Amino acid sequence: MKKPSQFDAIVVGAGPSGNACAYTMAKAGLKVLQIERGEYPGSKNVQGAILYAKALEEIIPDFREDAPLERHIIEQRMWLLDESSFVGTHIRSEDHNKPPYNRYTIIRAQFDKWFSSKVREAGALLICETTVNHLIMDGDQVVGVQCDREQGDIYADVVVLADGVNSTLARKAGFHGDIQAGDVALAVKEILFMPEETIRQRFNIGEESGVVIEMIGRITDGMMGTGFLYTNKESLTIGVGCMLGDFKNNPNRTSPYVLLEQMKRHPAIAPLIEGGEMKEYCAHLIPEGGFHAIPQVYGNGWMIVGDSGGFVNAVHREGSNLAMTTGRLAGEAVIAAKAANRGFDSKALKSYKTALDASFVMKDLHKYRDMPAVLHKNPQFFTSYPDMVAQAARTMITVDGVDKKTKEREIFAHFRKTRKLTGLVGDAYKLWKAIR
Amino acid sequence: MNAITVNVEEKLFQNRYRVDAGRPHIRIKDASVCTNDCVVKSCTFVCPASCYKTEGNGAVTLITDGCLECGSCRVICSEHLNVDWEYPRGGHGILFKFG
Repeated sequence: MKKPSQFDAIVVGAGPSGNACAYTMAKAGLKVLQIERGEYPGSKNVQGAILYAKALEEIIPDFREDAPLERHIIEQRMWLLDESSFVGTHIRSEDHNKPPYNRYTIIRAQFDKWFSSKVREAGALLICETTVNHLIMDGDQVVGVQCDREQGDIYADVVVLADGVNSTLARKAGFHGDIQAGDVALAVKEILFMPEETIRQRFNIGEESGVVIEMIGRITDGMMGTGFLYTNKESLTIGVGCMLGDFKNNPNRTSPYVLLEQMKRHPAIAPLIEGGEMKEYCAHLIPEGGFHAIPQVYGNGWMIVGDSGGFVNAVHREGSNLAMTTGRLAGEAVIAAKAANRGFDSKALKSYKTALDASFVMKDLHKYRDMPAVLHKNPQFFTSYPDMVAQAARTMITVDGVDKKTKEREIFAHFRKTRKLTGLVGDAYKLWKAIR
Repeated sequence: MNAITVNVEEKLFQNRYRVDAGRPHIRIKDASVCTNDCVVKSCTFVCPASCYKTEGNGAVTLITDGCLECGSCRVICSEHLNVDWEYPRGGHGILFKFG
């Protein structure tokens, strides 16, 4: 039974995508209700977390003035780890130490709270501690939401689903099926507090600059995944994430927290985090199925944004910027639909998908569309290769009286023994094809 | 890899929760499916909060108090679809201080 709309739009969720969407619509004068199930925005949200400036800049150009940012990143380290050693690259540039900075570490509970304050300033109404249980349908048109509070039925022209990776509402409404274990990563992380001075010394950084370390290799126990270590102002974030399907099928039955604890004890990592006081332990799913796993993201009276729609570029470790961009584009589609005054059916909301396809979001996801499958079928990229490279580097720099030519032969023999020549060449080709 | 013993309760102890006493947001639909039909019981080692435990008789018990609301248990139970998974009522469950 169709009731009169109380709002132009309801946004479910107050993470980056929901906030970007609600902000965009409220700023344009639309009547927006945002519903968040946590005690405050951010209290249910988990991320590494790196903020890419560009996506937020397009929404709030002067965010740097008061957003809670931890450190801007001047150095990226990429490590391949075997049992006892690591080899890697460090990319550090003074160019990244000049404003306006390109990316920052953030603490999501603080950042989301700040972003939400901007959304409310723009005129949106936010209610927290409220879980949306179902969408209200009028035939095949979404007309509102049913919340777990008294008089919990609320009506609007459009409902934007920014409800996160589990995408509960769209699933219940039958818009798409459940996420597959092969299309999602399970990540766990801890935040470790230590004096700011210690962080500066250990990572050779200044008061506001920071370092990120991304790692692959033994730390994931043969599973497809990565580890990370980020510097915040007075804390470090350390975590590891692997494909959920790999966790499920791991013959060692390794628990995520065991993986994290083992990683913390790795000789390359332990000295960096020593003395850190653990203040929180988090877990979260990350949709990593990429292009082929993106569901239908709009319909009659509804749109899906952010993690709920699987908008993550796993190859480049980007998610929150895609979330914000999809949220903004969905908001703009609602604004356009309202201006056109031709209703809010799927035809009216299709401009969201058109804008997505024209943006970096779908272009990047399309570019890497084969990457998840290639990596999935070729676990050696996460297992044999890091081992091979680390061992090769160790062999080459160990001065032990063996001549370098012989060392080279040993290394190549080891490579061929592990992967065979055709395997090595084939792997290079597969990667090239998936990245091209 | 040398397996190590980790007490996950110590980790969870650092977290802030508002437990919805007596109203677990996740339920095992049919306990006998876990006991008799499921061999791998992957929830008992994949759950990052160790909410699922195997009992001596092969039964699986679930206590959701430490749940981090990730959704893994529902997704991995794809053969038996035996996990009834909802978010906690508004304001309840895990409350991340940092996230």
